Amino acid sequence: MAYSEKVIDHYSEPRNVGSLDKSDNSVGTGLVGAPECGDVMKLQIQVDPETKEIVDAKFKTFGCGSAIASSSLATEWVKGKNIDEAMSIQNTEIVEELSLPPVKIHCSVLAEDAIKAAITDYKSRNQD
Amino acid sequence: MKLPIYLDYNATTPVDPQVVEAMMPFFTESFGNAASRNHAFGWQVERVVEDARESIGSAIGADGKEIVFTSGATESDNLAILGVAEFYQKKGKHIITSPIEHKAVIDPCQALEQRGYEITFLDVDKDGCIDLKQLEESIREDTILVSLMAGNNEIGTLNPLKEIGEITRSKGVIFHTDATQGVGKIPIDVDEMKIDLLSMTAHKMYGPKGVGALYVRRKKPRVRLSPIMFGGGHERGMRSGTLNVTGIVGFAKALELSISEISSEAERLIGLRQRLFERLSAELDYIFLNGHPTQRLPNNLNLSFGYVEGESLMMGVSDLAVSSGSACTSASLEPSYVLRALGVGDDLAHSSIRFGMGRFTKIEEIDYTADKMIVAVKRLREMSPLYEMVKEGVDLSTVEWSSH
Repeated sequence: MAYSEKVIDHYSEPRNVGSLDKSDNSVGTGLVGAPECGDVMKLQIQVDPETKEIVDAKFKTFGCGSAIASSSLATEWVKGKNIDEAMSIQNTEIVEELSLPPVKIHCSVLAEDAIKAAITDYKSRNQD
Repeated sequence: MKLPIYLDYNATTPVDPQVVEAMMPFFTESFGNAASRNHAFGWQVERVVEDARESIGSAIGADGKEIVFTSGATESDNLAILGVAEFYQKKGKHIITSPIEHKAVIDPCQALEQRGYEITFLDVDKDGCIDLKQLEESIREDTILVSLMAGNNEIGTLNPLKEIGEITRSKGVIFHTDATQGVGKIPIDVDEMKIDLLSMTAHKMYGPKGVGALYVRRKKPRVRLSPIMFGGGHERGMRSGTLNVTGIVGFAKALELSISEISSEAERLIGLRQRLFERLSAELDYIFLNGHPTQRLPNNLNLSFGYVEGESLMMGVSDLAVSSGSACTSASLEPSYVLRALGVGDDLAHSSIRFGMGRFTKIEEIDYTADKMIVAVKRLREMSPLYEMVKEGVDLSTVEWSSH
């Protein structure tokens, strides 16, 4: 399968690989996918408690090149957004940006799910 | 060293230059139709084809008259299975095979199932081995065929052909083996192993694509087949169609070359296989061998690299031509059915890589491959949430995954 240049770029030099301290209350963690399906994404966000802005994001992904690229791109996009803005990121935007072929659309869906799961986790830890 | 490195010899092989040379005159000078009985152009190539038939037959302990030329192993498998099923349907409609056969065997069997035949798929253990006792017990009054491959194309596991042949012969059941991966690599003798039908193809043994053969036993017992293609009645009526003379010449030459060095080449390939496995094992944890540790094709190494997905791994070693059992590399988006049948978890099936070595594989290429693989696996594990969790002591089977 031929990969788009952007997929290759994110695969070769993934942005924001790593982990944040998941016990920190300013951190939200999303873990989506399943090993038997061939994709698991962990996406973490660090949120400024005052402004609700996402100040840092990290990911780790088990999956194909498109899955790695989708999650790498997702961390880039959420940084600097507040959590409500980040919640509105659509998988179709990821598909478009990375020129994903139809068989790889599920990778973008998973990345969107990972963002939402991380924000949901953050919110559940910070209920006032 | 030339890049990329070809390590997919279980998929196909380059044509050996000596084979190309042998084929050349039959494109332009001796171009006759072997079935033209009334002029010299035909006689000349007929003799060449008969010599090739003898040579290919003798390589597997058969008579030339027992070789039916086909377009390749897929056609040979179809002819064997569908041909026997049709011809012997009055005797019975039960066929025994295994779940890790090539699709060229499984699919015709399943097509027969739709037509009222009954197929028994034997169990395979974690190494891909069948249970001979179960085979024996599965044979019934109405069993007409047992089809079990010589060596598995994905995981390399060899079937005990001689032992299978003992059982089928004693029960009076026809034994077909798809020996696509075996012929030219491991010693095969149809009499000693009591094989009745055997499929082979030239392009896995440094011959051209598009030519193969089915060995059909002529005596003790005589095996009969109904044709699956109709036409000029070539190949004693079993396979109509003008003979692919250039292909047949190349096939015979390729097999002759492979047989001339069969044991020394097997030894060399086993050495390369071991070297690759040992170098990878020394540097990487959580790697698992798929297939039998010793009873396997000399040139096949299939490994699962835990917590790393196969397609992304192949992307990281783009100057290596290997293949993967990962779903992402298949049209069906399902991981390898062979690995599944062995009970390899889907997670490890997604992580599998097949290395196929061959005649032109050099030791430097194996070392380069090992180095590249180690770097790529380590890099992807740095990125793998699963590897991180395992290292933190999490038992992945206890995690509640959100499937999608």
